[in-house]
Amino acid sequence: MDAEITLQVDGEARRLTVDTRTSLLDALRERLGNTSPKKGCDHGQCGACTILLDGERALSCLALAVAHDGAEVTTADGLAPAGELHPVQQAFLEQDAFQCGYCTPGQVCSAVGVIDEFERGWPSHVTEDLTGRPEMTHDEVAERMSGNLCRCAAYVNITPAVQQAGGAR
Amino acid sequence: MKPFAYARPGDVAEAVRDVAAEPNAVFLGGGTNLVDHLRLGVARPDLVVDVRTLTSREVTDLPGGGLRLGAASTNSQVAADPRVRERYPVLAQALLAGATGQLRNMATTAGNPLQRTRCVYFQDVTTPCNKREPGSGCSAVGGYTRYHAVLGTPAALPDPNAPETCIATHPSDMAVALAALDAQVQVLGPAGERTVPFPELHRLPGDDPSRDTVLEHGELITAIDLPALPAGTRSAYRKVRDRASYAFALVSVAAVVTPDGELRLALGGVAHKPWRATRAEEVLRGQQLTEDAVRAAVAAELAAAQPQPGIDSGNGFKIPLVARTVLATVRGLLPEEQS
Repeated sequence: MDAEITLQVDGEARRLTVDTRTSLLDALRERLGNTSPKKGCDHGQCGACTILLDGERALSCLALAVAHDGAEVTTADGLAPAGELHPVQQAFLEQDAFQCGYCTPGQVCSAVGVIDEFERGWPSHVTEDLTGRPEMTHDEVAERMSGNLCRCAAYVNITPAVQQAGGAR
Repeated sequence: MKPFAYARPGDVAEAVRDVAAEPNAVFLGGGTNLVDHLRLGVARPDLVVDVRTLTSREVTDLPGGGLRLGAASTNSQVAADPRVRERYPVLAQALLAGATGQLRNMATTAGNPLQRTRCVYFQDVTTPCNKREPGSGCSAVGGYTRYHAVLGTPAALPDPNAPETCIATHPSDMAVALAALDAQVQVLGPAGERTVPFPELHRLPGDDPSRDTVLEHGELITAIDLPALPAGTRSAYRKVRDRASYAFALVSVAAVVTPDGELRLALGGVAHKPWRATRAEEVLRGQQLTEDAVRAAVAAELAAAQPQPGIDSGNGFKIPLVARTVLATVRGLLPEEQS
């Protein structure tokens, strides 16, 4: 069954007709030609499909496109103007935070969300004092990035990249 | 994936009518569990009614000091709310121990407790499962039981071919905290509104393992209320899992200790529902809350525990693990001179 929806993708309004079963991930990749979010597991376990959905990091494989009519979607491709790099992308380059690169767009979007969540003072599972303001330590970043798997195991460089981009002391 | 119709009605009353009128209809919230089940073939609805934007996303103060969590408030938002962090640390900790940042941003207050078991056989449509396909049998008995129940199961080993057999556990961390907090579930159904005490929301398999909760078809959770706690109440959630992050509980403990020394205790990963440890609470009633007393109370709670044999050594390890985890959790909540 079809439904007509509009998505704001990387700042551009895109109108399309989707089957009600279509995930946001498939709508982006197969219908709109935005292959930045990747399909890893398609079950919400790997994080490769992470996007910013109305400003918060989310898994596009577990979102039905029809349920997000009118939503603002930012992919790793749209984080910075064409030809420029977002500070998180720059930090991933400088810290050598990827090898094959398949999980990287999802890692980068997740990292942008993580930094925003720190700025809002959100706690995590490893935050000692729930009522205090969490610091961007290695353990805090690793915990918050645990939903993004990397088969190359570049974690040892991903965590410092997120800390660098987030301005950790 | 089987085709389905999608509806986003104008309000919750219409959504309830839509689902009630179609036997094979489901509500859609954050979708983190349902969309996966649509893809796996575990859920095969004809109609999906989207309520995510219809119910409240707000966390509001209740008269008397409690909090109302709107059905569509997200797990991240509730865990980050300063009132929850200050007054209900057990709930913030439980939420933060579950899933990942991305999933917590999508998952909702009403949806989290209604997520379904992660029993590997339930999620594998090629295997018999009484919960997914009533009457087909239970593949977990004698199978992979590491994540399965030790409480609320029959005293003897269950018959894998019996239609009532199910040894699955409820996977939610949030629900364990809500059970310990005596939260109240606000429900809207075809017959009107009702309130369900959280510890009574989920059920044991009984004669119908396909039903996880006491909710009837068409009933929708519109909010979950956290009751006010006496000033000085302390609470904590402790989760034991196979890796440090992003894994379901082997066992978990939610504990609330009031200033007069009353303990409210709930266990996760051990039963078909979030397990309120009422036996242990009874044993402790009127007693000084010491480590020895807690140890004895937990032993009483676990007297009926039934380990499940299975590949990978079964799940008998959970029984001593629960006892130790309760003690480790409660120890941090006792006044200094008693610990």
